[in-house]
Amino acid sequence: MTEAPALALDGLTKSFGSLVVSDAVSLSVRPGEIHALIGPNGAGKTTLIHQVSGHLRPDAGRIALAGTDVTAMAPHRRARLGLSRTFQITSVIPAATARQNVVLALRPATAAGLRLWPDPAGDAALAARAGETLALVGLEGRIDIPASDLSHGERRALELAMALAPSPRVLLLDEPMAGTGREESAHLLRTLAALKGRCAMLLVEHDMHAVFSLADRVSVLVGGRIVASGAPDAVRADPAVRAAYLGDEAALC
Amino acid sequence: MKAAGPDTARRLSAAILIPLVLFAALALLPLAAQFGPKAYILSLGTRLMIFALAAISLDLILGYGGMVSFGHAAFLGIGGYAAGILVDEGRGDLLLALPLAMAASALFAAATGYVSIRTRGVAFIMITLAFAQMAYFFANTLSAYGGSDGLSLLARSGVAGLPLMKNDTAFFYVVLAILALAFGACRLLVASPFGQALEAVRQNPGRMAAMGYDTDRIKLIAYAISGTLCGVAGFLLANQTEFVSPSYMAWQRSGELIAMVVLGGMGTLHGALLGAVAFLALEEILSDLTPHWRLVFGPILILVVLMGRGGLVGLIGRMRR
Repeated sequence: MTEAPALALDGLTKSFGSLVVSDAVSLSVRPGEIHALIGPNGAGKTTLIHQVSGHLRPDAGRIALAGTDVTAMAPHRRARLGLSRTFQITSVIPAATARQNVVLALRPATAAGLRLWPDPAGDAALAARAGETLALVGLEGRIDIPASDLSHGERRALELAMALAPSPRVLLLDEPMAGTGREESAHLLRTLAALKGRCAMLLVEHDMHAVFSLADRVSVLVGGRIVASGAPDAVRADPAVRAAYLGDEAALC
Repeated sequence: MKAAGPDTARRLSAAILIPLVLFAALALLPLAAQFGPKAYILSLGTRLMIFALAAISLDLILGYGGMVSFGHAAFLGIGGYAAGILVDEGRGDLLLALPLAMAASALFAAATGYVSIRTRGVAFIMITLAFAQMAYFFANTLSAYGGSDGLSLLARSGVAGLPLMKNDTAFFYVVLAILALAFGACRLLVASPFGQALEAVRQNPGRMAAMGYDTDRIKLIAYAISGTLCGVAGFLLANQTEFVSPSYMAWQRSGELIAMVVLGGMGTLHGALLGAVAFLALEEILSDLTPHWRLVFGPILILVVLMGRGGLVGLIGRMRR
């Protein structure tokens, strides 16, 4: 692999008081790859995602985005370098419509990013692009509905559209399936499968069916430490993983 | 960024109708004043417009940006002192003095905003109050310019050497023109990519940062624009009263500005316009009727805020339904 990984974490360590939530975590996501991060509740998955996106600062270690060290960068600067994310608790702009939400996601990459006067021509172009992205996640019939009036599943789909719209290099997905209905999660799964290869994804997910059908590689985080990493089948068969994590859920796989 | 619901058309028309009616009424006020106590009516009208300008500037950060500045009167003082000092130094022409007043306000906003915007909620309220109090006490020490007694202006600012603002009617129209211009500019601002980003940052800063927006920078720019605009109001107020004193920056004044915005309805601009007019007109009428007018004024404010979610603008919107 001569190409730099889309995302590389090297020895990432973070503790809250005496509780070590990330313990020298190293992993990489290759361009176009889906790397799933699984682990029991409290394993430190979301804390890890926050560190990658810049919402939390690690105590030690290094984060590189396509070869660029972003460890000390503010979240918005990482986003400008092509890092996109969704949040475990859906995070959209409630008073804005679905379309306006996606337009906001697209705008930082445009010349009119923070223009102080209206930009009707630019807005129309972005609105058209936003419509395409919303169709991709199945929200084509809901574009003019305020985000606060969308169902929980629709809001999750909207957030995915916002993360995807600017064509990111790396997409961090923090439990995209959480709290969605059976039909919605099936749709989400198809959407993610269709997106595979377009950008690198670091996927945190509890839905084992989703993880094992999407991921190219799986890493298992327990107590802030990676206990296993590799191809899905190898990880599933790993006795340490079964003992530490999959034990009760082995029947699912 | 407003939600596009079924009543968008109604709200849009209110956003056009309310300022239209107010501006038309203001434009005709000097004509109507011929039939009454002219000087009083003109002076009250001018004062209404100056405070409307200050309230609109506050609405930009309070209503749109979610930043409750409890120190906005500092900018009235800075603009006022810029006018007073420059007139005192014989450099009071509007074309020079107004840009300088704006620059001084922008500088104060940038410096205090840089610190303030890093805090939220009550901390932001307290820190803006603290900065305004610092400006207040600093003005008290300006012994060369009247100290705590304040500073009288020898004359109003000229415009390009002409005594255009000397006449009360002419001054009224200068203020009206500036208010209309500022209102229009703010409307464009809140509809711009920047304005939409500012509203979104108020609602969800974490999401906006994750999408590549520098949320601190957006808040600071909004704060600086707001302070600069309020400085213009201060400049005009000192010119109207031909007097400026530390009381311009008193915290009670900052509180009144917040009350105007909340009374009219936050985050609409025309609400701030209406709120300032209603606030000062009510104060004027009630204080004329009884010396205990504050006992009536307080409950009215509370009622409007409690019953009219969205202030007077919200109340009007529901009445039209």
